[in-house]
Formats: sequence, C-alpha cells, structure tokens
Amino acid sequence: MSYICRRFSAQTFDADPGDSGWWQQQFIGLLSQGSETIEVLGGPQGSGWFWGSPKCCAEVRGADGSWDGGRGPGLRCQVTLLFAQFQLTVPVSVVFAKGALPGAQQRRLPFADTQEEESLLNRKNQADAALLPLQEDSLGALTVYVIPETSPLLPQGVGVYVGKHRSAVMRCPQGPGDVLAAVSARVQQIVQAMSFTTDSITAALSDRVPMDQLGTDTRRPFKSSLGYEITFSLLNPDPKSHDVHWDIEAAVSGYVQPFLDKLGSVANFSVDSQILYYAVLGVSPRFDKASSSFILSALSLPHVINPVEARLGSSATSLYPVLNFLLYVPERIHSPLYIQDKDGAAVGTNAFHSPRWGGIMVYNVDHPAPDKALLPLRVDVDMVRVMEVFLAQLRLLFGISQVPLPEEFLLESPGNKGLTDWELDRLLWTRTVENIATVSTTLTSLAQLLDKIGNIVIKDDVASEVYHAVASAQTAMLELASGHLGSAFQASKEAVISSERAFFDPSLLHLLYFPDDQKFAIYIPLFLPMAVPILLSLVKILREAKQSKKEPTKTD
Amino acid sequence: MAWAVAAVLGLLLLLGSPGGCGGSPGPPRDSLREELLLSPLPSGDIAATFQFRARWDSELHREGVSHYRLFPKALGQLISKYLVRELHLSLTQGFWRTRTWGQPYLQAPAGAELWVWFQDSVTDVDKAWKELSNILSGIFCASLNFIDSTNTVTPTASFKPLGLANVTDHHLLRYAVLPREIVCTENLTPWKKLLPCSSKAGLAVLLKAERLFHTSYHSQAVHIRPICRDASCLSVSWELRQTLTVVFDTFSIGQGKRDWSLFKMFSRTVTEACPLASESKIYVDISSKTQENELLEVTPPPLSVHEASVQGDRRTYAVYDLLSPLLFNVSRSLNVQLKWKRPQDSLDLSTPVLHAQRYVSGYGLQTGEISTLIYNTHPYRAFPVILLETVPWYLRLYVHTLVITTKGKENKPSYIHYQPAQDRRRPHLLEMLIQLPANSVTKITIQFERALLKWTEYTPDPNHGFYVSPSVLSALVPSVLAMKAEDAEKSPLFTSLFPSADGSSYFVRLYTEPLLVNLPTPDFSMPYNVICLTCTVVAVCYGSFYNLLTRTFHVEEPSRGGLAKRLANIIRKVRGVPPL
Repeated sequence: MSYICRRFSAQTFDADPGDSGWWQQQFIGLLSQGSETIEVLGGPQGSGWFWGSPKCCAEVRGADGSWDGGRGPGLRCQVTLLFAQFQLTVPVSVVFAKGALPGAQQRRLPFADTQEEESLLNRKNQADAALLPLQEDSLGALTVYVIPETSPLLPQGVGVYVGKHRSAVMRCPQGPGDVLAAVSARVQQIVQAMSFTTDSITAALSDRVPMDQLGTDTRRPFKSSLGYEITFSLLNPDPKSHDVHWDIEAAVSGYVQPFLDKLGSVANFSVDSQILYYAVLGVSPRFDKASSSFILSALSLPHVINPVEARLGSSATSLYPVLNFLLYVPERIHSPLYIQDKDGAAVGTNAFHSPRWGGIMVYNVDHPAPDKALLPLRVDVDMVRVMEVFLAQLRLLFGISQVPLPEEFLLESPGNKGLTDWELDRLLWTRTVENIATVSTTLTSLAQLLDKIGNIVIKDDVASEVYHAVASAQTAMLELASGHLGSAFQASKEAVISSERAFFDPSLLHLLYFPDDQKFAIYIPLFLPMAVPILLSLVKILREAKQSKKEPTKTD
Repeated sequence: MAWAVAAVLGLLLLLGSPGGCGGSPGPPRDSLREELLLSPLPSGDIAATFQFRARWDSELHREGVSHYRLFPKALGQLISKYLVRELHLSLTQGFWRTRTWGQPYLQAPAGAELWVWFQDSVTDVDKAWKELSNILSGIFCASLNFIDSTNTVTPTASFKPLGLANVTDHHLLRYAVLPREIVCTENLTPWKKLLPCSSKAGLAVLLKAERLFHTSYHSQAVHIRPICRDASCLSVSWELRQTLTVVFDTFSIGQGKRDWSLFKMFSRTVTEACPLASESKIYVDISSKTQENELLEVTPPPLSVHEASVQGDRRTYAVYDLLSPLLFNVSRSLNVQLKWKRPQDSLDLSTPVLHAQRYVSGYGLQTGEISTLIYNTHPYRAFPVILLETVPWYLRLYVHTLVITTKGKENKPSYIHYQPAQDRRRPHLLEMLIQLPANSVTKITIQFERALLKWTEYTPDPNHGFYVSPSVLSALVPSVLAMKAEDAEKSPLFTSLFPSADGSSYFVRLYTEPLLVNLPTPDFSMPYNVICLTCTVVAVCYGSFYNLLTRTFHVEEPSRGGLAKRLANIIRKVRGVPPL
C-alpha cells in the first residue's frame, strides 16, 4: 500500500447565500510540504463578532475496502480492495473580535455576522469557559477567536492560546502586508495542532501500511481496539523487608477514572490492580559506587519485562489488550535503584515505558536504619507521585502526545480530567483513520483466504457482516469528508466490529476444508493403473505414426 | 525500546487530588494461611498434604471490586464475571487406595474434576459453564475445554455447596469429570503461580515438580467458596483453598525404609515461613493405635502437640509453627524427620469404615456389566450412602437390570434419580440412596450395551479403551467417638473443608476407580484398503475394456509359422507328405 499525500484539494463551501451566518472561504492546504497557503476570498465587510466556517481540508490517500461478488449464501466472494482517498475535513469557525482587523481588511472579509457579544473578559481562563456555550457542541469542530493585537487578554509574548475545550484565541498579527493571509496561516497552524497533521494520520496508518521512515514515536501508541484492560501491578520482590501498601482504589477513582470517562467514547475501559510478591526484574542492577546506588541502564531495560510478565497474567475474562503499569519497589539489597538513560544521566521520574505494553516505575524506599528487628518496614506509596507518571505514560500509550508548537503558543492545562477536548478530537481523528485501515486489511485478508480456498462456504450472516463492514467504512469516510467526527468514529467502530466478526467466524477456519492434493492422493490407486494402458497406447500411436512417416520414404 | 521521561503531567494532578494516601492501616482485609500435613499411611507410604488458604473479606460479586492483593486476580475476575458461588477443581494423577491408605483428607477422582455452583442470578447456566470451563482450561493448562454436554451432569443430591449458601436449587450446579486427563508439571506451574508467595518462600518452596510427580499419587485442587466473615455471619468472605496431596512410595522413593524426612521427600527443607502468611504450620500425624507406646519418633522435637478428632478418629499431631522464632533458633532450616521406633508389622491395617471398588465384567464387545462393591466395616452401625454414577451415552444402561444385593438379599434404594442418556448429547446419570447395613458388602450391578460410534467420534488410540468416570459415594459416616464442634477459623485447615453435621458422624466422599471399557473399534485403515482394492479392480476392468475398444483386429498371414508347424513340416518331409 502506498501512501501519497501530496495532493491539492480545493473545496468550496457553498452555503445558502441568504444565510447570513456563513461566509465563503477556501482553504487550499498542501499538507505534506509544509508550505501551507490559505487564501481568503473577498466578501462583504462587517463588524463585531464574525462567525465564519471555512473548511480546512486535508487529503490523505488511504485504502478503502469494497466488497464485490458476495451474493447470498454459499457464494464465492471476492473482495477487491481499492485504493481510495481519505478526505478529512475539520470544520473551523473563525471569530473576529471587534477591532481585531484594520478597517481595510475588514472589508475584505467574506461575510459579516453581526452577532454582538458583550462579555467582558479579563482573564484567558475565564474566556475559555465563557466562550464554551457559544461554540458548536460537536466533536471535531474548532473555533478560533481573533482578538486585537493590543488586547490584554493574553499575556505578553503569547500569540496563541489554546483552551481546554475546542477553541483557541489568537492575537491578530500586525504589520504590513496582507493581514488576512497571516491570519489564515496562523489559523492553519492552530487547526493542525488541534486536530491532525499529516504525520499523525501517517502514524495511524503505519500499522497497516509498511513504512520504514517512521520513528519510534509512531509505534508507541496502542493499536485501536474496542476496549482496553488497564492493570496496575505493585511488584514487591522483597516482602520480608517491605510491607508495601498502596491506596490504589482512591488513586484510580481520583486520577485515572476521570481521564477514562473522558475517553469513554473511544473505547471501553476496565481498571484493576494486583499486588505481586517475589516478582523480580529480569536483570540484576549494577552497583554504582559514586552515588552508592544501583543503576539500571537503558540498554538492559528490554530484558526487564519478560520474567515479570509471566507472573502478571492476562485478563481471564476479556479479549481486549492489556495495558500494564508496574510499580516496582526494589529489594532492600538493591535499593536505591535508579534508571539511567543512554547518556548515563539518571531519569528524573525513575520510570520507563514499553511501547504497546505499558509502563514501569521504580519506587525507592528510604531506609532509616539498617536495623533488622524493625523489618518489615511499612511503606505507604505516595500515589500522587506514582499516578503522575502513570497518567503521563497512559497518555503516551494512547498516542496523546505533545504537538511541537511554536514558542508563542500557550496551552491550557487539561485540568483534572487529564485530557482536553481537542486532544480527544486528535485521538478520534487518528483512531477513525486507523479503524478504517484495519477494516480494509481485515477484509483483504479475508479475500486472500477466499482466493486460496476455492470451495469455502460463506454463510449468510458472514456475508451480511461483510456488507455491513463495507457500508460502515464508507459511511465513516463520507462523514470524515463532511467533518462529522463523532458519527465517523462510530461508523468506523461498527465497521471494525463487523469485519472482525466476519473474519473470525468459525466457519471460515481453513482447516475445515480438505485440501485438493490429498484428494488426488487417495485416488492414486485408481489413476495409476488406468494410466498404464492409456500411456501404452499413446506410445503405440506414436510408434505407428513414426512408422507411417518412414513408410512413404521406403516406397519412394 | 523507546522510553520516555514522563514529566509532562505535573499540573494534571493539582486538581482533584484525593487526600489520605497515608491513611491509618485498617485491619487486613485478606489473610493467608499455609500448612503442610505429613501423615504416615498404614502401608508405610507417606502422604503430604499442602493447604494454602487465602481469605478475602470482600464481596466479589459487587460491581467494581478489582483490586487484588493475596487473592489471585485471574480467579477473582472469573468469579465476578460468571457469578460463581462455588468452584471446585481438582487435577489428579493416580488413584487413592482407600483400603490400604485409609480415608483421604481431600478426595479427588483420577483425572480432572470440576463442579461449580452458580448464583441464582445466572440466566443461562449452560453457557456460563461452558465459558467458565474454557477459561479454567486456559488458566490451568488442562483439557477442561473438553467438558461439554456429553460429560456434564447435574446431580440432585450428591454435591451440596460446601460454603455459605441459602440456595440449593440443583439446577445451578454443574459437575463434570474427565478421567482421561493426565496431570503433569504444566498444570502445577499455573497452580503455583496463584500462590501469593509463588514458590519462593514458605511451604511452597517444597513444591518441586520433579519430586511431586515422582510419586504414586498426586492431586492438586482449587476450592473457592463463600464463608462467614465472623461468628455473626452477617457478611460474606471469600475463601480460596489450594490443596495439593502427594503420596510418596516406600519402595520407589524411600528405598524400602519407612523413615521419612522433608529432604528425602522433597529434596528441600523449609527455611522460613511465607512473610505474607498469618499462619504457617507443619503438622505431623503421630497418633498411634495404642496409647501406651509411641511408635513414631519425630525430630526435631515439636514445639507443641495438637489433638483433633478427624474423620471419626482421635489424632495427635506434632506441630511446627514456622512463624515462631524458637523454631529457627537452633538451625537455619527445618528438616522434619520421622523414625519408627521398632519395625512395625504391616499387618495392622485397619480398614476404613467405608470403602468401595468397581469393575466392569462380561465378555464380547456387545454387552457388559458394571459392578460396584461398597463395604461398610462398621461393627454395629448402618448408614445410608448416596451413589452417583455417570456413564457416557455410548454405554447404554439397562436400568431394569439394576440389582442391589446386600448379604444375599435384595436391597431396595430409598431414592433413585435416573436421567437417561441421549445419544451424543448427554450421559446417563444415576443417583441412589442406599442403606448399608452394619458389617456388610453391598453389590450393585447394572448391565449395558456398547453402542457403535461414528468413525470421527473415536478418540485417538481407540483400542486403549474408553474411560468411564468414577462413581461418587457420599456418606455421613457414624464416628466411633464424639467430636466436639471447633471454631473453623482456629482449627487446622485440613479439618475444616467439609462441614461435619453433628458430633456423631462425619462426612466422607469417596471416588471409585475409573473404568476402562473397550468399544467395538473398526479397522480405521479399512476405507483406504477398500479404495485401493476397488480402484485396482476398476482399473483392471478399465484396462481390458480399453484394450478391447481401441485395439484394431486384423487377420495376420502366417509368415514363417510357429515351432510346432516347423516340427510338423519336418515330420511331413520325412513322411513325404506335402508341408502345411
């Protein structure tokens, strides 16, 4: 599968001319080359808050499965998969504050909406909350507020402020030249930060599409799945010296659950925890005399997990992938234990994570006195410190990573939910694309299986699942193209469920079908003796033909 | 591996941080007890019974309990997902010889046995049972996934819940035995993994697979049941018992001597208790028949002696408490040794009050007879016993041939529950309540006919025979001496799994031998032979027909003639007759 993103797309948003709330704008995005151009077409002028709804269009080439030839029960089915285009549309509203644009530029704005807003906003945090009811309440829809350069709303040196929800506030860039073009460029930048970039979409497809040039960051997130099991394990390899207690229930309900509630639309989550005793890491740490501590170097970390994993156990009751978070309290003879990175510096959090598996944090215990009588030492784990690390790792494992942003961008902290609305959108964009790619590969494998075994029987219910998968995938792509992120994600999820159900149907087990070469082998006792007279007579015919050829020369 | 420094989310946690990370330590909500019981058997062998009990004061069926400490997560999730009330799984290699070894503390049939009581809120018990057995199969690496409707029964009287239960509707019970199951190290490893101390500390150190399977009997089990949290019994606790019984043979392990030590049995010694256990003890059965002279000498001298009445008998146990600091003062490791003071004649075998044996008889491959002999050796007391027979569908039982005789007279069972088999769907189930008169042998016979199976239904190696699961005897055996009720929490674990109804009798469950029955087995290479033969015949016919049809016949002028003709011509020449 190839992946081409150097495509221009020019989409025009045609609104009803009588509708005073809309303007016309065309974004021409050239996403892969980095030189984005945004062109704002002229329109009538206005004042106050303008509501605009331009479209930022990113076009990415992906794969689309189309089902061909499945006609009822027992039919031979063939799936041909065509490369098609992913078209992702982000609805963006750009709202201009009064005085944000110079008069001359205002006249160039496409359309004016005279929706007055009288709120007096002093602080940026307030603004973020106060502007929330004004926005469209739909997934993926962004709003950018343009405020005058001189506005005191944003602190000095901050050009763009990205809020907790789906909105951003930007200072109108000043200076000579086309202000609107500058605004457009800035808006493009904001939209990319808050929704998706080519890189994020590429990363989402990377699991389905073989690509070499991707870095480790893209392989880090978990694959899209309908549910996840999150397991927190406390490893206490030395229960004789440490009596470790952790208040995991409160920590989960306090920190993890709000985050997962926010992600509830993405997947189902279940959280559990366990304490494992005598579970040791796979490598013995090196003693460092200088700091009188034990060191686990970055190179040895890959060997750490395997022996532990045998004890962790998979979830007995569900088939969802498991995310493991281990808190390791080192043995008394090996503490304190520090993780060193490749440069030899100690890692501040004393934690590391393994892509698509989970994270491990080493929690050192202070030993007040080497008095044997006091053992075991009671240890109450500081869950705030631990959960900070685990939540950060959880975000990384879900692919909610920091976007590289210019200096002047200021991000609002996600609050106690651990996740902002636009970060959720980012995740949904990539997940939707990934789901569609998954459906495509699943159906391709199914088609390959059908090609391999000719007489396989496709039952009615399997066929209908495949039809449903293709229809849902197409719906998802349509919805993506029209900017309805929520419904696109739901459709892609349905497509994944249907396609997996079709693929894993027990009737499609290829071992159920008797291979043809063995059938031939059974009838060899018939074929072999029957072939003997046929071959003999063939030989005879040949000999006679040769003789009859020779005979005329004889008569000559 | 990519690894990241996670310093992103300092501000994430500023809001909504719950207080009380270092709260006051409440009472431990779960506890672990471990014990090892060494009991010399009358035959000179020795039985070692390990019991590990994790008790959890938590309501597993409540939604949201997902934080596990001593209770293994895999089993806890299973119970809460499938709404299990009680689960009993045993995997056994070998057969407990009740006659020579006496009554076992924990009974188990040869092979795998699983019986589960579900909660009454389970709507589709069969589906839950199927899924549960599949998951258990994965957890314990056993072939429990072969449990299906053809070997599952719902006994009405034999299996009652062992824990707290107010529902005894037997439709919530499922019982299955796989007598063909072979138990080996791959079943032991996951079993050991469920222990909180794994096999790193405590008594579990002794569980060395190569020794445990070099025995004449090996049985490991998992029992999960709800129990009363306290005396008032207002709330429920969950109890997980992991038990393991092995019998070391005098001759193969003990080199013919009857002196045993921990090292000789397990090739290891005990150095410490599991630090998580609240109780860790080794019991050695030193009770002797005659009070005046002790036969057994135990070294090191036990710290205390415990007397308990177990299975209608007063027993004396030497107790080593591994948590007591006195024990490891003298030496760093504990190697319990048993020595017989004088060579004991092995003839004082006291046969247990109840034992049974079963065999299959008859000749030919059409009919046969299953006979079960139940012995009551009690000198003066009669007692009833519940017999459960599960026979696979391919042995068609003739119930009219059921004959129960005791002392030459017919014995009429007071309760019979018979569920006939359905071909390929469910097995025969026969449950009977039989009164056993004092000092008697009761013989139960029933005839059967062997069914013909489809060729795909034969197991691999069908000439080995087909197993019939052991029959189960459950009885309240009257005890010779009165037992006093003890607090279940205080008494040793091995006395407390089966509840004793009152002081005058005790509960016994016995399993008979599994039977091996030969079914009419076809020659599996026959289809290929037939194909070969018919193909050859067809090919030969085809060849001659082909020759007949394709060959052109034309009269050939004799050119030189054969040898006979030449000879004839020579003779004719000699005679002066013109040649042919």
